[in-house]
Amino acid sequence: MSQLLHLGTSFVPSSSTALRRNPTSSPTIHISGNKRTTIQAKIREIFMPALSSTMTEGKIVSWVKSEGDKLSKGESVVVVESDKADMDVETFYDGYLAAIMVEEGGVAAVGSAIALLAETEDEIAEARSKANTSPSSSSPSPAAAEAPEKAVGAPEKAAPVKAAATVTVAKMASSAHPASEGGKRIVASPYAKKLAKELNVDLGNVVGSGPMGRIVAKDVEAAAAAGVSVAAEDPKPSPSSAPVKVPASTGIELGTVVPFTTMQGAVSRNMVDSLAVPTFRVGYTITTDALDALYKKIKSKGVTMTALLAKATALALVKHPVVNSSCRDGKSFTYNSSINIAVAVAIDGGLITPVLQDADKVDIYSLSRKWKELVDKARAKQLQPHEYTTGTFTLSNLGMFGVDRFDAILPPGTGAIMAVGASEPTVVATKDGRIGMKSQMQVNVTADHRVIYGADLASFLQTLAKIIEDPKDLTF
Amino acid sequence: MSSLSLWISSSVAVTARSESDHRLRLLSSSSATIATSPALHFCCLRTEALKLGAKSNRWKVVAAAVAPQNGSASDEFDYNLVIIGAGVGGHGAALHAAEKGWKTAIIEGDVVGGTCVNRGCVPSKALLAVSGRMRELQDEHHMKAFGLQVAAAGYDRQGVADHANNLASKIRSNLTNSLKGLGVDILEGVGTILGPQKVKYGKVGSSGNVITAKDIIIATGSVPFVPKGVEVDGKTVITSDQALKLEFVPDWIAIVGSGYIGLEFSDVYTALGSEVTFVEALDQLMPGFDPEIGKLAQRVLINPRKIDYYTGVFASKITPAKDGKPVIIDLIDAKTKEPKDTLEVDAALIATGRAPFTKGLGLENIRVETQRGFVPVDEHMQVIDVDGKLVPHVYCIGDANGKMMLAHAASAQGISVVEQISGKGNVVNHLSIPAACFTHPEISMVGLTEPQAREKAEKEGFEVSVAKTSFKANTKALAENEGEGLAKLIYRPDNGEILGVHIFGLHAADLIHEASNAIALGTRIQDIKFAVHAHPTLSEVLDELFKSAKVGRTGSLDPEIKSSPILHWLKSTPLVQVWHLLLSKFST
Repeated sequence: MSQLLHLGTSFVPSSSTALRRNPTSSPTIHISGNKRTTIQAKIREIFMPALSSTMTEGKIVSWVKSEGDKLSKGESVVVVESDKADMDVETFYDGYLAAIMVEEGGVAAVGSAIALLAETEDEIAEARSKANTSPSSSSPSPAAAEAPEKAVGAPEKAAPVKAAATVTVAKMASSAHPASEGGKRIVASPYAKKLAKELNVDLGNVVGSGPMGRIVAKDVEAAAAAGVSVAAEDPKPSPSSAPVKVPASTGIELGTVVPFTTMQGAVSRNMVDSLAVPTFRVGYTITTDALDALYKKIKSKGVTMTALLAKATALALVKHPVVNSSCRDGKSFTYNSSINIAVAVAIDGGLITPVLQDADKVDIYSLSRKWKELVDKARAKQLQPHEYTTGTFTLSNLGMFGVDRFDAILPPGTGAIMAVGASEPTVVATKDGRIGMKSQMQVNVTADHRVIYGADLASFLQTLAKIIEDPKDLTF
Repeated sequence: MSSLSLWISSSVAVTARSESDHRLRLLSSSSATIATSPALHFCCLRTEALKLGAKSNRWKVVAAAVAPQNGSASDEFDYNLVIIGAGVGGHGAALHAAEKGWKTAIIEGDVVGGTCVNRGCVPSKALLAVSGRMRELQDEHHMKAFGLQVAAAGYDRQGVADHANNLASKIRSNLTNSLKGLGVDILEGVGTILGPQKVKYGKVGSSGNVITAKDIIIATGSVPFVPKGVEVDGKTVITSDQALKLEFVPDWIAIVGSGYIGLEFSDVYTALGSEVTFVEALDQLMPGFDPEIGKLAQRVLINPRKIDYYTGVFASKITPAKDGKPVIIDLIDAKTKEPKDTLEVDAALIATGRAPFTKGLGLENIRVETQRGFVPVDEHMQVIDVDGKLVPHVYCIGDANGKMMLAHAASAQGISVVEQISGKGNVVNHLSIPAACFTHPEISMVGLTEPQAREKAEKEGFEVSVAKTSFKANTKALAENEGEGLAKLIYRPDNGEILGVHIFGLHAADLIHEASNAIALGTRIQDIKFAVHAHPTLSEVLDELFKSAKVGRTGSLDPEIKSSPILHWLKSTPLVQVWHLLLSKFST
């Protein structure tokens, strides 16, 4: 019944910051150094010290110093929590704190490296790349384990993400600030300031909504969400559509005004941005009897309807590469090299679009397994950015609610999105003059008319219908 | 007794200097007080023995040895003792005087209970009791760790304010009743000293009533100190006086001063949903606390909360909110005096300390000049005049003398003065007076901070050691899911003297007394470490602290300790069984 999980009608491209509020997972702090450097004696490792005879591992309570800070011998660098107490750990050498390898909250075994100390400023970069290539292997903490994973998963993406974030924030800049004497000062509440630091938001660019125009916590959250959402789109476009929220909670207090969560802020931002793209829609009715039969047959092997639909769509896209293209600047468009099907999933507090990469090439069984894995990760809020920002074509399915047709909003940066309705028994007249009962579903594709024209969509849909009505190719 | 004398002789050698100091002091003060009695001499000796060199108050020991005198006021005076100010200090002195059978009066121009009961310790504890619970209920992680489920916790501001107000009224009436019950006259009005042993009381401007008293204690306390440039309107720019009424909970409040008053209010306000900005003139938050404790406290009480701060700045000008404008605070650099920043907040709480309330006391009539408002006193709390001479029969206790601005210090001073008047030389050992800050978790301390101890050690040429234990290792603290905390002992490794104890953690304020009593009584670490603590209790944090201290060259659990005098003494008592039990426990 994994199909029930794919409630998504729309989703939001969102970075891990939005999902987890964990500064360690923010893409902007990841440094994209993947070249291996020789380890030099001048770069020293700071080890997790043994603070008591029984201590085997220690938790980093807080870093007193930040990366790049100058350290002098005897200065406190980090606060470590042992099994007994919190202790300040001092450095024995002068130098610069080049790279923090275990973030705050992370745990490291006694004797393992938690940071690198560079002797001179010039060596900081070198030390950082070293930190990336040789991550602290003995840290069992999720925070620490994540960093290397990300480095492997999307090494070339981190840098563009950072750049994009900067650009976006600049775009949101508002010079006039009512509470700041014409922008001379920034008035932000203590918590807003704390959040801004945590979420890497430049307060100078945030518009305050508090009393007298003061920046309050929710303004920072909104700015952070907007910043990351656009940033996430840029490197690999990821789609979004109407923010239809499934009313999951019944404990809602009526009449209350609720500020957007980070994710809702991101959705909102995306939705507004989508208005810049000229879209049109083409619908099609597809008979699903054969697909249903196939599904029944291979369901026991773990195949899901979502995987089947994604596979069928991917196979149709192979024949219509223009529908899998995307236009970003309005002057040119890209024929995407791989067919990555993003599927909207409703998750607690928002939407996300896990991506089935190379759906045309991967076999249906692997695809189903992959899908299950992605859904589990999405529910645990553990998707990595490359697992939800790299879609080239999006599916949104509301069929399980009995919705027979709807249309989706095109996520900026992609070429098309397909809204899938319920497959329902329908009385149909056939060409030989008979009336019969067939299961049919309606699909509706929204596309960017700058690159995809009506005829393109029409022939794509025709191909798709053929594949679904004769689904033998889906299983190879 | 023979074993006891052994003990004394071993300590006398160590403490020879302080004892001779003490005798000199007694001689100098005897001219102003009743002559030293032989009994006093004996008592002092004995106290010296008990306190092993520490300058401690010795009235407890003395009290048992000497019978009370002065059944009633002599014919010359209306009262034996008149106390101006019915705060906690005056109350403590009055009770003690009444116990001695003295005819006592207490003059109060406002309400009985003074600052502590009405505008300080008492109502703030009510607010902190609320904030502690709110904080706990709001801490999802904490609740979850207990397996508890709590729906969104909320509060009713008026209800919280009422709790504080009701508590103050209750304690106030308790205090009043205790005075009346012992026959202390409560005289209403402002007290003014007219001359030696003569006091006027009554409403300001009225002629008032004049009474005579053999001795007078000034206990007029203090008021919140408001630096210049700060305009207090009582609504948006407030002092602790108004804050305790909790008339509103601002979204954003600046607290000027990060001492214990500011800290406690930051705890209250953040628990009730405010965001807080500290403005601290010194370079570090929480000045006055032991630096290590302060650092840990900052990590727990400030950093994770909705609090930010400015250090090394003065609030040079604070303008209350009006005409739709917020409270505006101009900050200047504390050193260069250059403008640094401007804050716009919803409210500002001035918690920059307290100033003595000594105006209108008629001090000029006895040739006394205040110093920054404080009444100068000697170590017996006897008032000193402009010529540096002691003023006969006039004492000053509590915040008004500024020695240690704590309610219980005032009370201790008051009792000490009564003892002093009755001829039992008594000096309050301020280093044995504990202090506490009732944040969540609490901070408490007694004696010297580590830097103070090191400075003293340098001067006097002894070594200082530090022992620490964590609440993380304490069963009871962990059962409460409150393992965050540290206890720190500063001591002399050569003789086991406790110089200071600092605690940050659950119920720290209640835990400090084992240490403060030890300092007051001169108990050494090598002795107190064998005291038994119930298990599992938070008090085991201190137990472990004392045990982790290393006194002398031989290890504390070394068999050589058997030759120490205390063991001889122990052996001669049934306690020897306990001792063997302890030994067997520790040797495993």
